[in-house]
Amino acid sequence: MRIEARLRRQWPVVALGTLLLAGLAAPLLGGMTSPGFFLEVLLGGLMAGVLYALVALGFVLIYKASGVFNFAQGAMVLFAALATARLAEHMPLALAAALALVMMVALAWTIERLVLRPLVNQSAVALLMATLGVSYFLEGLGQAMWGNDVYRIDLGLPKDPMIVGEKWFEGGILLSPEDLVAASIVAALVLALWLFFQRTSTGRALRAVADDHLAAQSIGIPLNRIWVIVWSVAGFVALVAGLVWGSKLGVQFSLAQVALKALPVAILGGLTSVPGAILGGLIIGVGEKFAEVFLGQAMAHWLQIEGGGIETWFAYVLVLAFLLVRPEGLFGERHIDRV
Amino acid sequence: MNAADSAVAQRAARIGAPLLVVERASLAFGGVQALKDISFDVREHEIRAIIGPNGAGKSSLLNLINGVYTPSDGTIAFDGIVRRSMRPHEAARLGIARTFQSLALFKGMSVLDNIMAGRALRMHCGLLAQALHVGPAAREEVVHRRFVERIIDFLEIQPYRRQRVGSLAYGLQKRVDLGRALALEPRLLLLDEPMAGMNLEEKQDMCRFILDVNEEFGTTIVLIEHDMGVVMDICDRVVVLDHGRKIGDGTPDEVRASRAVIDAYLGIAHAH
Repeated sequence: MRIEARLRRQWPVVALGTLLLAGLAAPLLGGMTSPGFFLEVLLGGLMAGVLYALVALGFVLIYKASGVFNFAQGAMVLFAALATARLAEHMPLALAAALALVMMVALAWTIERLVLRPLVNQSAVALLMATLGVSYFLEGLGQAMWGNDVYRIDLGLPKDPMIVGEKWFEGGILLSPEDLVAASIVAALVLALWLFFQRTSTGRALRAVADDHLAAQSIGIPLNRIWVIVWSVAGFVALVAGLVWGSKLGVQFSLAQVALKALPVAILGGLTSVPGAILGGLIIGVGEKFAEVFLGQAMAHWLQIEGGGIETWFAYVLVLAFLLVRPEGLFGERHIDRV
Repeated sequence: MNAADSAVAQRAARIGAPLLVVERASLAFGGVQALKDISFDVREHEIRAIIGPNGAGKSSLLNLINGVYTPSDGTIAFDGIVRRSMRPHEAARLGIARTFQSLALFKGMSVLDNIMAGRALRMHCGLLAQALHVGPAAREEVVHRRFVERIIDFLEIQPYRRQRVGSLAYGLQKRVDLGRALALEPRLLLLDEPMAGMNLEEKQDMCRFILDVNEEFGTTIVLIEHDMGVVMDICDRVVVLDHGRKIGDGTPDEVRASRAVIDAYLGIAHAH
């Protein structure tokens, strides 16, 4: 009974889930594809989703703690990856990554001092514009310091693809061990973040600030320090995202545009929810790969058009459709205002 | 009769030197004068009430003491230190804790976490040690947890300690708010309408908690109410505000007898 009532209340989520599952199953049932190829697309989508989720996670952390919509998260990913890639030319990778982390912490401190503190109590739009400025500043600074070629980060991950499951599927599935390792790194990061937020008193203070600024201050939590910490954590997340992405596709300036992909992810997840960001990332990652591969094929077949390019807009349409029925996102806080 | 007299005498003997002195404080928002020329003091171990009709400036005065607002004129001295502006987290550091009129709890967190958050100022261990729960950090957490459990017992909210605060009944949330403030071990406790929106039974419970806090921990208390009834029974002295000005100051009996106070509450222009 209670489950039924819950399902009824959560119908937009249920509807989205059903639709996605139907979308996933359609190519299989329609006999358009082999199960092996189907699984490959699914895994590719999950991998892209993990990376979107990482960037969205940075959004969510900062939005929760300071109510700031940090448009610069993508630029932070780029900056961290650039720093690591260029520094690694002169020193071991671990040292380069550590130095990049130090830079991200210094960046957090600087942003708090020069951007957040002077703009405290200003409207959300002013702060959004400020982070847009930070975003372009970071891109420019990155280019000035390290140039604008494509650089490699070599995490030393095994690159050779494996073929597994030949027993079950014709031709087996092409699997990249690099992706698997990257996914485990991300899982470990999420676990570490969870431990930090739930088990440490600093984490408790961060959650307190996220819930109520004034009350947090009144029990002696200094907002300024919390902001530095939370931007540093977001910087750390950006560094991990930059390393994983850079190792996969190389470090280049288009990396900053990933913010535009992570935006719908964060909104779909609910902006204030860490699990929401992760689930949203996976949904959008898988969704757009499927749309590109299978929907594109179907469109090309039935409408006699080229049918490509779906990947670029799919996330936005999905989020738009979802927001129509559930404006607070998957796990966001529902706001009920008294009139 | 005699017993009552000696109880009063005993209470009077406990009350010490002024802990908080507000001197000619004014507060203006743009053109609106929220507070004008307010002076009063709060003595150690005292329960001091600030009353007044809605919009009299009571909450503004509390926010002034707590550092949310900075006085446009005048000074506030806490424990002999005069200052003009101070931020809320610095006030907390000095030993000023507060509760909120419209609850400002950490709604997504458990009762336990809310009150533990009140211990933030007293935790000093490093991040890594905290995360791994090793050595001094583990001991620190245990010590604070023990203190917090005492507060939970004291406020009689043991059964709810693991629940999300947002899901609790209003009266219980008010207690958690008080508990979080108590976790700071404050010297001065500011209560913003602790009895607002409560039924009679809840009000009596809250009165008992306030008196016990004052008695057992010796905490000095400033509380705001717009309902005169309950407050008069538990406080030592009362400040009365109306339209941002002080119109009365004294013991409950003195204040009750004051013409200006009666007029403010009944809204009578006193024409002879």
